[in-house]
Formats: sequence, C-alpha cells, structure tokens
Amino acid sequence: MTTEVTDNATVKKYPPDLFEPASQSEFVDNFTYRPEQSFWQDAWLGLRKNKAAIVGLCIIILVILLAIFGPFMNSHGYDEQNLARTNLPPKIPVLENISFLGLNGVDSRGVDQYEAKGISEDFWFGTDELGRDLWTRIWQGTRISLYIAFLAATIDLIIGVAYGAISAFYGGRTDNIMQRIIEVLVGIPGLIINILLILILKPGIISITIAMVIVGWISMARIVRAQILKLKTYEFVLASRTLGASNQRLIWKHLIPNTLGPIIVATTFTIPGAIFTEALLSFIGLGLQPPTASLGTIVNDSYKLLRIYPHGMIFSSIVISLIMISFNLLGDGLRDAFDPKIRK
Amino acid sequence: MIRYIFTRIGYMIITLFIIILLSFLLMKALPGSPFNDERLPETQKELLYKKYGLDKPVPIQFGIYLTNLVQGDLGISFVLDNRPVTKIIQERIGASAILGFQAVTVGTLIGLLLGIVAALRHNTVIDYGATVLAVLGISIPSFVFAGFLQYWVGVKLGWLPIAFWNGFEYSILPTIALAVGVVATIARFTRIEMLEVLNQEYILTARSKGLSNSVIITKHGIRNALIPIITIIGPLTVNTITGSLVIEKIFSIPGLGEQFVNSIITNDYQLIMGTTIFYAVLFVSVILVIDILYGFIDPRIRVIGGE
Repeated sequence: MTTEVTDNATVKKYPPDLFEPASQSEFVDNFTYRPEQSFWQDAWLGLRKNKAAIVGLCIIILVILLAIFGPFMNSHGYDEQNLARTNLPPKIPVLENISFLGLNGVDSRGVDQYEAKGISEDFWFGTDELGRDLWTRIWQGTRISLYIAFLAATIDLIIGVAYGAISAFYGGRTDNIMQRIIEVLVGIPGLIINILLILILKPGIISITIAMVIVGWISMARIVRAQILKLKTYEFVLASRTLGASNQRLIWKHLIPNTLGPIIVATTFTIPGAIFTEALLSFIGLGLQPPTASLGTIVNDSYKLLRIYPHGMIFSSIVISLIMISFNLLGDGLRDAFDPKIRK
Repeated sequence: MIRYIFTRIGYMIITLFIIILLSFLLMKALPGSPFNDERLPETQKELLYKKYGLDKPVPIQFGIYLTNLVQGDLGISFVLDNRPVTKIIQERIGASAILGFQAVTVGTLIGLLLGIVAALRHNTVIDYGATVLAVLGISIPSFVFAGFLQYWVGVKLGWLPIAFWNGFEYSILPTIALAVGVVATIARFTRIEMLEVLNQEYILTARSKGLSNSVIITKHGIRNALIPIITIIGPLTVNTITGSLVIEKIFSIPGLGEQFVNSIITNDYQLIMGTTIFYAVLFVSVILVIDILYGFIDPRIRVIGGE
C-alpha cells in the first residue's frame, strides 16, 4: 500500500488523448460476493444442517402422502363394516415371519384369528370392533386430523398476521385499543372456550376448527406485532417511506416479508397443537361423530379395546405421536434456521 | 408495581366477565328447558319458572346469576339429584388437587435436574439423551402415554393399581402420566436458560476469582437460570389441569376433571357451566399470581415496573 502511495505521488502527467472512456462492461469490481441467496435458500441451508429437522420433514412428507393415498391402497372403505372380521390382529406379508413384531395375525391369546375366521386377505393394521379396516381408517383419520390442523393454522395465520400488522404499523390509539382487546382475550383458557363452543356448534370439522381458531390467532398476532414494532424503527423502512412508498407497500413488501421467519415457526408449532387439541376433545367426548373419524377418535375408540386388542391403539398412537414429534422437530429446526444470531 | 397489579386484576375481571357471559348465553342458546316434561301442567311449569326466575328477561336472569355467583352459588345440577354445583366441586377438588400438586412438583424437580445436567454436560451423550427425552415428552400426547402406562405397568406387569383412588399407590401411575409433559417442558427450558447463564461474563468473573466449580454452578449458575423458569410454571399448571381432564378419566379418579368430562357426556349444563367458570377463575388467577411473583423475584423487572 505504501509503495503505491509513493508511486502516485511521483506520477507524471499524461496527455488526455491517451485516455479513453471505460465502458460499463469492462468494469470489474473487486468485491467478493457470495452467490445471492433468496430468503428460502437461506432458510433451507440453515435447516439442512439440522438432521433432526430433516428427519422430521421427511416423516411429515411420508405421513401426508400416506394420508392422501393410504385409503386407496386397498379396496376397503373407512366406514365399511363387516361383522365377520371383527378385531382382527394386524397381518403384513413378509413381516409376518418376524415373530417379535407381532404382525402375523396372532392375537394376545395366541390364536391365529385369520385361520380361525377363515380370512385369506391380509389386514395390515388389523380391524376394529366393527370389522372396519384399520389401515384405511387410520390414514383417513390422519387426513382429517391434518386437514383440521392445517385449516386452523391457516386461519390463525391470516387473522393473526393482519391483526398484528395493523396494530403495530398504525400504532397510537389503534394499537392501544387492539392490544387491550388482546389482553382480555388472552386470559381466556383455550380448552374451556373450545368446549363451550363445540357444545353450541355440535362436533364437526368446521366447528372444531372454529373453536380452535377463536383463541389460536392471538399468539400469532402478538408475534407479528412484536416483530413489526421492531422492524418499523429500522432505516430501510424510513428509506422506503422517504421514497414515497405507500403504507400498503411498506406492510406487504417490507415488514411482512421480514416477519416471515417467526410466522413460519409459529405456524409449524400450531399444527401439532391443533392435532393434540382435536384428539383431546375426542377423548372427552366432543370429537367428530361416527362414521367420520379423526386420529383422536380412533385413539379414543381403540383405547377402550386396549387390554384385549392392543393393535388399534398401538398403530393410531404411533401415527399421532410421529406427527407430533416430526412437527416439533421441524419447528425447532426452523426456529434455529431463521434465527440470524445462530446463522454462520 | 402496585399500579401494574391493579391493571392486571382489572383485565382479569373483564376476562372472567366475558367467560361468564359467554357460558350464560350458551345455556340460553341451547334448546329446551330444565322442566321439559310433557306431563307437567302448564300452570305448574309457570310456577317452576317463577321459582327459578326463568320467567324474567334474559339480562335480569344474567344479573341474578352473577349475584349468586359472587356469593359462591353456581346453581344446581339437574342430572345429579339437584345437588348444588358448588358442593360437587368441593367434593371433587381434593383428588384433583393432590394429583396436580404431585405431578407439578415431581415433574418440576426431575425436569430441573435433567435440564441442569444436560446444560453442564453440553454436547455430550447425556445432553442429547435429555434433549430426545424432552422432545418425546412434549410430543407424545398424555392420554397415549397414560393408556400404555396403564396397559404395561398396570395390566401386564401388575405392579400398580390402574384405576380408582384409594391411597398413595393409586396416584403413582396418573402422576407419572401427568408429570411427563411437565418434566419435558421444564427440562428443555432449564437447559436453554442454564446454557445462556453459563456464557455470561459474571460466570467468567467468578471463575477468575478462583471460585470452585460447584460454587459457580450452584450460587451463580442455577440461581440465575431459575428465575425465568417461574414464568412457565403458570402456563404449565394450566396445561396440567387441562391434561388431568383426560388422565382422571383414564384412571377413573373421582376428581373434578372426571366429573367435568362426565357432565359433558350427560349434558349436565349447570354443572358444565359451574365447572367452566371455576376452571376459568383458577387458570386466570394462577397466571396472575405467577406474573406478580415474577415481578417480585426478578429485580430487573421490579425496577422497570416501578418507573
């Protein structure tokens, strides 16, 4: 560096005709850029390092696929009853030869129910007390549980983001009133309000979803508000405002995209919460009415048979637990991936 | 601080009022009346309506209900031989309180231990093990866990009674089932807090002063890590009470939760309402007390709150 400076000091004067204007294409800047990354690429890179989260994501994808295609994988309907084949233990080809798995159609008394009842077909997850195929039923139930959870999470997201964004962005009296409302609502215990609403609305997919949304959006609104309040003070928002950006543009192009991380994380945690609440409601007698089944109602029904025919409870519990675990793992992973403090 | 407490109590009253109003309107929205017997003559029906104040307009009925409520009268259960709801709650609360207390205490102690050990052995097998346990504990629904606990420990191994409430050994399985969630939540939270505290500069200062490792961990580490944990005890207690609805049903414990679930099944609306309001008061007060307590314990909050 020092030599350059001394060189510059002793530079001779050159006539201007020796110079020619440099075109833009010849301009090579000396900065080293890393390849530009979008928000999603960045998050994906962070998430990819977290093995547990990736395992969770894979299980979620698998479960969703099974929930979509599982019921079509054999010829039985989820509500198709047949009293000639009640309470059959599970039997899966190939796996039936591994005795400790208990997938060989032999029940807890050591009787091969398939031989005893003369049934040649294999029921992978067995059947329930009305002879309904549990494979079809469990995946059908998963489909409904996931549907309720995703629906509740989406509505939470829409209401929560809108409420939080408006409250934080306009501030002042608007914020004050909106926050007082939230402070009253947040004190209402979620389960209590769920139970009351379902008593009025009668159990059903929509009523259960509504009951969960009534209090569910509040936490999302709080997260969004806190994040936007913080972002509002940043200079890029001021810069954009100085350039004449409208409020709509500021909210939708600057503030909400920068809040996406916490929003996605919160939604990821909402889904297992909703699945759990739905199952809990089924367990206290406020679940979906037969023949419609969710994971919760299947766990509840099969719990009653646990001592004699444990297979129903085992399979439905494994599925519901797997979903809960995977979403929690994914949520943890996403939280770390979106957290700029942890990113390297 | 005092202003803060009063504001909070104000909000609590509004919240409770909304819950009471909502459950009252629910009662009114449901079809039918308690005296829907067709054999009952019209005049007698009118007398009964008069006796219970059902002939008055709805707002006045609500006023009467509120007045009774403030005096601790939650009405009577029409399903359970016209017994007062308050009395039913009194009888049932004992078992639930014992169960809840055991679960929260045992769960918190084990959770703390697990969390602290995991943080001290950060990034070792113990840490990973504790983390896996915590994720499982948070994810697996309590009723699933309770069902299998009952099946394997109770039925297959026959070690412990699986139902009813006749002494301490009857409370072991339900307590475990209820405590799992508490252990997992506390362990997770403690681990994160503890790791954060151990990275603080005052720990380095203490170390450079030449304090022994055990003094640093107990006097400086754990003490400071414990403070934020108080904030989750409130929601945790609420979750435990919620969980006890199902756990009590599974283990046939004669507690308030089991009664509540039964009242839903039998459409005993007065009892549902009474219990709902009771739970709401309980939940809201627990959260309030914990929040105020936190203000007293953490000096940083006290200073901010006082200004």
